Amino acid sequence: MTATVTNMTPPTQTSNVSAPSASMVAIARRQRVQDMVFHRLTQTFSLLVLLALAGIIVSLFINAWPTFAKFGVKFLWYVEWDIINEEFGAAIAIVGTVLSAGIAMIIGVPLAFGIAFFLTETCPVWLRRPLGTAIELLAAVPSIIYGMFGLFVFAPIYANFFQVPVQQVFAGMPLVGWLFGGATNGLGILAAGIILAFMVLPFIAAVMRDVFEITPPILRESAYGLGCTTWEVVRKVVLPYTQKGVVGGIMLGLGRALGETMAVTFVIGNANRMPTSLYSPGTSIASLLANEFGEAEALHFNTLFALGLVLFIITFVVLALAKWMIMRAERAKGV
Amino acid sequence: MEMKPSALYRKRYRTNQVGVTLSMTAMVLGLAALLWILVVLFGNGLAALNFSIFTNDTPAPGSEGGGLRNAIVGSLMMVGLTVLVSTPVGILAGVYLTEYGDTSKTAEITRFITDIMLSAPSIVLGLFVYAIAVATVGNFSGYAGSLALSLIAIPVVMRTTENMMRLVPGSLREAAFALGAPRWKVATMVTLRAAKAGVITGLLLAVARISGETAPLLFTALNNQFFSTNMEGPMANLPVVIFQFAMSPYENWVRLAWAGALLITLTVLALNIVARVFFREKVSA
Repeated sequence: MTATVTNMTPPTQTSNVSAPSASMVAIARRQRVQDMVFHRLTQTFSLLVLLALAGIIVSLFINAWPTFAKFGVKFLWYVEWDIINEEFGAAIAIVGTVLSAGIAMIIGVPLAFGIAFFLTETCPVWLRRPLGTAIELLAAVPSIIYGMFGLFVFAPIYANFFQVPVQQVFAGMPLVGWLFGGATNGLGILAAGIILAFMVLPFIAAVMRDVFEITPPILRESAYGLGCTTWEVVRKVVLPYTQKGVVGGIMLGLGRALGETMAVTFVIGNANRMPTSLYSPGTSIASLLANEFGEAEALHFNTLFALGLVLFIITFVVLALAKWMIMRAERAKGV
Repeated sequence: MEMKPSALYRKRYRTNQVGVTLSMTAMVLGLAALLWILVVLFGNGLAALNFSIFTNDTPAPGSEGGGLRNAIVGSLMMVGLTVLVSTPVGILAGVYLTEYGDTSKTAEITRFITDIMLSAPSIVLGLFVYAIAVATVGNFSGYAGSLALSLIAIPVVMRTTENMMRLVPGSLREAAFALGAPRWKVATMVTLRAAKAGVITGLLLAVARISGETAPLLFTALNNQFFSTNMEGPMANLPVVIFQFAMSPYENWVRLAWAGALLITLTVLALNIVARVFFREKVSA
């Protein structure tokens, strides 16, 4: 379409409009070549992303192959991590990853919803931007800072004012007592989950706020007009309308939580045992990689690649679903 | 006429009160977390921060004093190289997505994958770069670290460039086309120029994002106890030094870790705030 544009000749420069001069033809030809080069160049750069994705999957798979060859699919639910005897299973790390991320979601999602609710409905307009920015800055804090904060500041307070009293209350209680058993040193699965919750909170809150804002004002105003309370408007009008976007935001946070390394490594306790309670030290795939990759050799090395591949596939699926949900929510706003 | 509110009304009113109060509590908790982190960082970081941090290198285990000079220089070099690489690549790829591949299937897929790469676990990117740039060469290097960081920065630059170029009104492009400008000139000298403020904002945010990344550097740049500007060998960098020192039993190492943490956080938050202010001014102007 635009190629034809470059062929046009300004009528003022030549007396014969229908026959462009040789120099004009040369310019048009040169521009067409330049255009082609530029098109292909930019295309190549954008394809680099696809190439990187393919490279990640292929290189992880090649390096992980000896582990898959030895343990097969069983690797995924094999509960063992014995470096000396080269017996490896992914189950302990997968459980630790999923549990810590799950706890983060249980704590983080209601908080994120509360923040989005406040920022879109009850917050005075002049305060919306500064408060929104503050929450976004929470997302900008590097994850290693969350880790250090968790280890040095949060863990002691959490041990004394949460772990110990809660354990005393629930000790020996049937059904729930075991949840709070074990050492109360401030580290463990629950501690990691809490730190992760605050780390992913701003990501979820930002998506929720954005989708809440695309609810057509007329829907909201109609509900208010019928005498709905603020809570009812959000709960029964805004939330159903933005469902997909909200779920997408939650999945985005989940994807982040599953793959987070530094914030988890500092506080999860780094023990290669199956967790038996919320206080148990555990390990996640990412923290296992951070701790052991440096000294890994032979099959141990390959197994860490296998875990990396497992983590990449899990987060890829979660993030793809998140993206798909958010895209559908955005498309729906035009209707 | 009954003046007393009905039981139903009172219940709805109470539910609303509870909901609004809880949402405010959530907001307060979020802000408190940010404030608490900053207070702790400034408390511990300022106590450890002094001029020798910038003039001395990281100390050996057990030795007194020391600073972070090698780590600061290493971080600056790696982030600098990453910016040099990912700026042209990210911007041109973003230009392709808006100007050429607007509706094509490949562009659609690229956009989707880029968004996923934005949140992909950074430690896996570190593993990937280890496999292609460390295992093959035989040693850890600053170049490998930069490559890992570029994998994070490029999607950020790409997506912001695309989003910002999309905001440029179509009439501007059409006017340029009507003057006979070829497509590449319209893309680079009209659309990209009009979207400049947004693109620079994206770059600043990308720098902020990679400055604090630790996981991708663990297996690529590794660390170096000594001062080195050779990017072909292992390089000290702030995030990995913080990680090692914070987990160590030496008191002066932990102090240095806090100083480093404060430096990184200040840089990242400053970049974020500058990006926001800059963008707001340029766009409203």
